[in-house]
Amino acid sequence: MKTQNIMIVGVGGQGSLLASKLLGRLLLTKGYDIKVSEVHGMSQRGGSVVTYVRFGDKVYSPVIDKGEADYIVSFELLEAARWTEYLKPNGKLVANTQQINPMPVITGAAQYPDNLAEKMKAAGIDVDAFDALSLAEQAGSTKAVNIVLMGHLSRSFDFTLEEWMEAIEKSVPPKFLELNKKAFMLGREA
Amino acid sequence: MKQLMLGNEAVARGLYEAGCAFVSSYPGTPSTEITEAIAKYSEVYAEWAPNEKVAMESAFGASLAGKRSFCGMKHVGLNVAADPLFTIAYTGVNAGMVIGVADDAGMHSSQNEQDSRHYARAAKIPMLEPADSAEAIEFARLAYDLSEQFDTPVLLKMCTRVSHSQSVVECGERVEAVKEYVKNPAKYIMMPGNAKKRHPVVEARTRALTEWAETAAINRVEDGSDHSRGIITSSTAYQYVKEVCGDRYPVLKLGMIWPMPEKKIRDFADSVDEVIVVEELESFIEAHCNALGVAVTGKAIFPVIDEFSQNLVAEKLGMAAPAAGAKVADAIPPRPPVMCAGCPHRGLFYTLAKNKITVLGDIGCYTLGAVAPLAAVDSVICMGASVSGAHGFVKALEGKADGKTVAVIGDSTFMHSGITGLVNVAYNESNATIIIVDNSITGMTGHQQNPTTGMNLKGDPCTKIDLETLCRAVGIRRVRVVDPYDLEQTETAIKEELAAQEPSVIISRRPCALLKYVKHNKPVTVDNDKCRSCKLCMKIGCPAISMADGKASIDNTLCTGCGVCTQLCHFGALNMAKEDC
Repeated sequence: MKTQNIMIVGVGGQGSLLASKLLGRLLLTKGYDIKVSEVHGMSQRGGSVVTYVRFGDKVYSPVIDKGEADYIVSFELLEAARWTEYLKPNGKLVANTQQINPMPVITGAAQYPDNLAEKMKAAGIDVDAFDALSLAEQAGSTKAVNIVLMGHLSRSFDFTLEEWMEAIEKSVPPKFLELNKKAFMLGREA
Repeated sequence: MKQLMLGNEAVARGLYEAGCAFVSSYPGTPSTEITEAIAKYSEVYAEWAPNEKVAMESAFGASLAGKRSFCGMKHVGLNVAADPLFTIAYTGVNAGMVIGVADDAGMHSSQNEQDSRHYARAAKIPMLEPADSAEAIEFARLAYDLSEQFDTPVLLKMCTRVSHSQSVVECGERVEAVKEYVKNPAKYIMMPGNAKKRHPVVEARTRALTEWAETAAINRVEDGSDHSRGIITSSTAYQYVKEVCGDRYPVLKLGMIWPMPEKKIRDFADSVDEVIVVEELESFIEAHCNALGVAVTGKAIFPVIDEFSQNLVAEKLGMAAPAAGAKVADAIPPRPPVMCAGCPHRGLFYTLAKNKITVLGDIGCYTLGAVAPLAAVDSVICMGASVSGAHGFVKALEGKADGKTVAVIGDSTFMHSGITGLVNVAYNESNATIIIVDNSITGMTGHQQNPTTGMNLKGDPCTKIDLETLCRAVGIRRVRVVDPYDLEQTETAIKEELAAQEPSVIISRRPCALLKYVKHNKPVTVDNDKCRSCKLCMKIGCPAISMADGKASIDNTLCTGCGVCTQLCHFGALNMAKEDC
């Protein structure tokens, strides 16, 4: 199988590591070669963060380059717009509509562009933007936004719901399992 | 059983399987998780040392005692440990000793982009360079065998993309490998008479290792269908080459980057029309090929700056790379890392900026005090340079900088290499003011314990070094503690200590707001009627504060109720939530 590329982008502290862990667990049970790459350290302090998930028969590079991503899952709208050049021509962007102002916007040195979802669509990008934060809240915690997004992404793959649920069980602490399962289903059905 | 494993965890697994029994490291991105992961194996003694030199010397002591040992660090940490490195190269080891070093091409979390491979050649120590997690396990195990077979410490070189990528591995069983200590002054006491006899041994060892490299399985040729070109590469650059070229061109993948085989490189070059060397950062393989008289092309087409990617390799090799996807026309503002909401460093840097103090900074989260709007820092060089730099700055200006210049250094960084600078301040009597920002943890690298926290790597309570006592002991008479959440107290202390005609230390003490045991207050409230939109509260660069419809607005999901902003507001518009006051 040709290597599939998923990028998970967001703001440091939004929980993208759990999302990639979940994907990694699922893909491992399917017997793929996998690479998951992330950057730790300074960029985590509220900065722009990106995780690369690649799977297929044989995966070499740990990173995804411009024009290569089959999917970008974005936790935040500005971050979605930052990375769209990494999408393949027929790639798909799954984006949480949440907006978090970066420091240059907070201090007034820069503007947060308006109507980003519409502008990305106008640029020809396949954008699937929805309010994952509200669904996470509905599931019981805004922190579950990562699992809501994974639930939404799951619709694009052939893996069964049981396989996804098994990966969730292996990735989250038991006391948050029901919350996360609910968050996943809300995202999957959104 | 196959599992996904982070490169650094895979190094730890390989160390464990090889029977490593002693680990001493100093945290540094991207190397930190090696030591955090090995600490989870009960068979292995593991510790955080105060710095990399101490870690390496401790690991050497353990090797001498007969236990397989390891020390881990980032590239700049190897500079700190360079002194023992060059002489352990002479003594060799008793039980195997492996030194892990992780480079950071692209400087994701570092102050320079140095290439650690030069240390292998300069210190005459073999260096292995895994390209993924499976190799990280394999090479860590092999490193111990080489170490004992050739009587040498072995460098295991990682990089950000190998350290922080997960890939599929299969784990093996642990072997135990313990040696007896036998006294051997001629081997282990490096005074001139002995060292003169050891140097030829080192040279012979490099020749023997070069021979080994000729047939080593980790230096492998992967044949290709098109011999018009052959590629010599290693580490993550190998992955990009294979991603782009597949099986088209023959590849010589070097798993041991020093010493390099000679005949194997010549034979490979003879088998292809031209040789391209693809390596991140410096010309190292290329320079060696040049020294052998083998014609190669490397840095003439590939950059010495930044990390590579598959598209970069494709472009430089003249091969097809995918076109970039679409993007919106708007400028996308950058999202640099920022001090967290509730960070105890914020109040201190606000006070320093407000008073226009020259700040010689240091390495840690508090380097972010340099970022707008605080922009309070004047220089950042390396671990400990704030203290010694402030000494030099104050001395050089012969009194003109007095009362205007401070050093700011974290608790862990002070223990790492600030103490000796402070000794110099006391001994040579500069009128410097040193501020130790004590947030009770090593923050930047992700919350590691250090000698001032009272906890060790394994999470057990241990001796807590008392900073006040330590500073007084080295000869500083003026030592005081402030709470950086209290702006008035902090400003008073800074002004008084800067005015004092002798060196002083201010300990700005408040635990990191991200520590699990730190209780947060309720979010600060805004009284819209009182807010005059003066934006003074924006001057502290708190990510929880923004302006909405012309009024200050608090992000309740981020605000920790630290109250620093409430002390800035002249109009009483920002208030601590009542229950917690």
